[in-house]
Amino acid sequence: MEKVINWVDARFPLTASFKAHLSEYYAPKNFNFWYYFGSLALLVLVIQIVTGIFLAMHYKPDGALAFASVEYIMRDVPFGWLIRYAHSTGASAFFIVVYLHMFRGLLYGSFRQPRELIWIFGMLIYLMLMAEAFMGYLLPWGQMSFWGAQVIINLFAAVPYIGNDLSTLIRGDFVVGDATLNRFFALHIVALPLVLIGLIAAHVVALHEVGSNNPDGVEIKKNKDPVTHHPVDGIPFHPYYTVKDILGVVVFLIAFSAILFFAPDMGGYFLEANNFIPADPLKTPPHIAPVWYFTPYYAILRAIPPMFGSQFPGVAAMGIAVMIFFALPWLDKSPVKSIRYRGPKFKIALGLFVIAFIGLGWLGIQPVTPLFTLLSQIFTAVYFAFFVLMPWYTKNDTHKTEPERVTDK
Amino acid sequence: MSEMSVDGSKRRFLVAMSTAVGGVAAAGAVVPFVMSMMPSARALAAGAPVEVDLSKVEPGMLLTVEWRGKPVWIVYRTQEMLEMLSKHDDRLTDPNCEVTTQQPEYCKNPTRSIKPQYMVAVGICTHLGCSPTFRKEVGPADLGADWPGGWFCPCHGSRFDLAARVFAGSPAPTNLVVPPHKYLSDIKLLVGEDQKAA
Amino acid sequence: MKKFLFLLLVLPVTAFANTALKLDHAPVNVHDHESLQRGARIFVNYCLSCHSAGYMRYNRMQDIGLSEVQIKDNLLFAADKPGELMKVSMRPQEAKAWFGAPPPDLTVIARSRGADWVYTYLRSFYRDDTRPTGWNNTVFDKVGMPHVLHELQGQLAPVYETVTDPEGNKHQVIERLELVKTGKMTPVEYDATVADLVNYLAWMAEPAQTQRMNIGLVVILFLGVFFVVAFYLKKEYWKDIH
Repeated sequence: MEKVINWVDARFPLTASFKAHLSEYYAPKNFNFWYYFGSLALLVLVIQIVTGIFLAMHYKPDGALAFASVEYIMRDVPFGWLIRYAHSTGASAFFIVVYLHMFRGLLYGSFRQPRELIWIFGMLIYLMLMAEAFMGYLLPWGQMSFWGAQVIINLFAAVPYIGNDLSTLIRGDFVVGDATLNRFFALHIVALPLVLIGLIAAHVVALHEVGSNNPDGVEIKKNKDPVTHHPVDGIPFHPYYTVKDILGVVVFLIAFSAILFFAPDMGGYFLEANNFIPADPLKTPPHIAPVWYFTPYYAILRAIPPMFGSQFPGVAAMGIAVMIFFALPWLDKSPVKSIRYRGPKFKIALGLFVIAFIGLGWLGIQPVTPLFTLLSQIFTAVYFAFFVLMPWYTKNDTHKTEPERVTDK
Repeated sequence: MSEMSVDGSKRRFLVAMSTAVGGVAAAGAVVPFVMSMMPSARALAAGAPVEVDLSKVEPGMLLTVEWRGKPVWIVYRTQEMLEMLSKHDDRLTDPNCEVTTQQPEYCKNPTRSIKPQYMVAVGICTHLGCSPTFRKEVGPADLGADWPGGWFCPCHGSRFDLAARVFAGSPAPTNLVVPPHKYLSDIKLLVGEDQKAA
Repeated sequence: MKKFLFLLLVLPVTAFANTALKLDHAPVNVHDHESLQRGARIFVNYCLSCHSAGYMRYNRMQDIGLSEVQIKDNLLFAADKPGELMKVSMRPQEAKAWFGAPPPDLTVIARSRGADWVYTYLRSFYRDDTRPTGWNNTVFDKVGMPHVLHELQGQLAPVYETVTDPEGNKHQVIERLELVKTGKMTPVEYDATVADLVNYLAWMAEPAQTQRMNIGLVVILFLGVFFVVAFYLKKEYWKDIH
């Protein structure tokens, strides 16, 4: 065995990589609950890729066959139902895990200098994930697939001057049709996964370059043991965080299996009832709502009224709402990273932001009423205020002194 | 790290346990994926046994039915045809059906059939998969005077007798396959399902 | 933080509320093979002449305790082989001419409409001479489908009541339906028959669901064991960290 490893090491940095990224990657020893979601996101990615490959063996990206081929997978393919449910549950799980992972970043200032690039790669991953989910959702070719895609692609039509041509270009047809389905399939199973994997590699490489943040926001590399040159507050990722992450993975899989095997529809949130009706370009379902992970942005879109006879402001607001996350490292002026040492202003702002985000998510599913529109507008204002006012309230906030060493354990 | 104070045997035990449980989990996770590559209910339905009505097959005639996408021949052999079968054993590669994969156990007999008059065979040449032509006439000009009636493969010239046994010297290595089949009644044949062991 | 998690957990439970309709709860039990078999018989006899179940194979009914021979002898009217899909012989064009729209495929109707909706719908037909078929439905106004089961149920007639909307206008609305002509079945028997049918539809919408739950139980129990091992493994290693 050792011979084989030596042979490989002479030609490929196997042991060196293992050391650099696992056994001698020193991570802060005070990671808490919130630090599980990075490795869990990687797990979900693997689940999605593997189940996706096997679904692609049976799925037919053809307007006339797609819906039936999904039912074929659900019924005729041995264990096809399991693979399909794992993929559909995995899609929602991906967003749950990623939203929690991003929230962790907000809590402990993981986006702050020197981790701006990690945050930017992460945001690009999030954008790609949204594209991936959106295109994947068209593939079952049910009513929600069709009309969801129709509505979202029509948003591009709101872009001034080039809008109509742009949306036609995306569809490859004048309505969402066979051409759209076929190209979304290609993008969903080949192009975007490749980009995603590349971005995730960049995300991890950047992280391992600067080192992990932690709930205290302390840079552990500043305090190294004079003899070993390892951070005194750091522990090797392997075995300590591998065994911890295994525990996290098992807990996650229990929750994942509970949904997959006992509530794969998740009451209509993971698989919508209307998507069990084949796509019909002539009949819009009475109530269209995007899947839950898009609803906060959908609510922002609906909150902004048309201006100058154009839908564009709403569309632009929705786009900015996503993009504004990129600016976060430069908006936060606080001298400390972690919420533990920040003052009340940031805590209140973050609390309001979370309420607004979840509130928008809920409103995005509800039918439009004057009250709900007003609420959406208030939450949208809070959402943007969180970012726009951040330089001001972080600069003027009080703060406690960060400790020299990590505090937990 | 403080490796000295570590209870090594407990640690090794827990690692072994985790590896075992994790291994079972991985193996369990692989099962549905491998199973999903097996023929689906659609393929099984398409490959379901085929019922053949033998009342339409007259003596000396060949009927071709499709089973699992392959042609299956049913020939009603006349008394003269059956008598011819035993006369050329010395010219055959495998006259006594020694190659067990080519027919079910219940057809390992001189006529390679359940009922001697009905020959059932998969019409795919064992050489390279062409479908041989039925040539029941005895001694035609192109096949030679000693042709006892049978099948001739147009692709590479393999020759088979009326029990679908291959003549020596043909490119085909073995006799044609006799598919599993059984009689539901005197005139009803089911291709694709074995008859129960008598 | 806690609140965030809490909301995330509660969110999925608050399903879409359909305020306009009061649906009766369908007594679905996909483990009750006898009910499913009765439902299958009704489905094949009454529904399958117009509606297809084009993703469902007849021989899948082996999962609800029927043998291939039973399926072939009792349930196979529109197909030759038990492995075939439950297609329908009526052509879509003809169907459109008859009913205004081709009857929808019913394979996954219990998932798209919900079992409760189907259960209520099949018990809410009433006589309405203004409709081409002579039938209307309180759950599905101006429905194209006639009341196929009226021989069993008999005829219902609406009982109206007057309501005043917030603007002060008075409307006649159907308060309830009343049996005016009895059918072959008593109302209780009819409800039980529809329940069997809906049970069958709920099962047919996802025939793997019983297998799914059985496997799920094993998987979760196994993961429970894995959890214990992983917990002690983590605890053992983390003794090192001070």
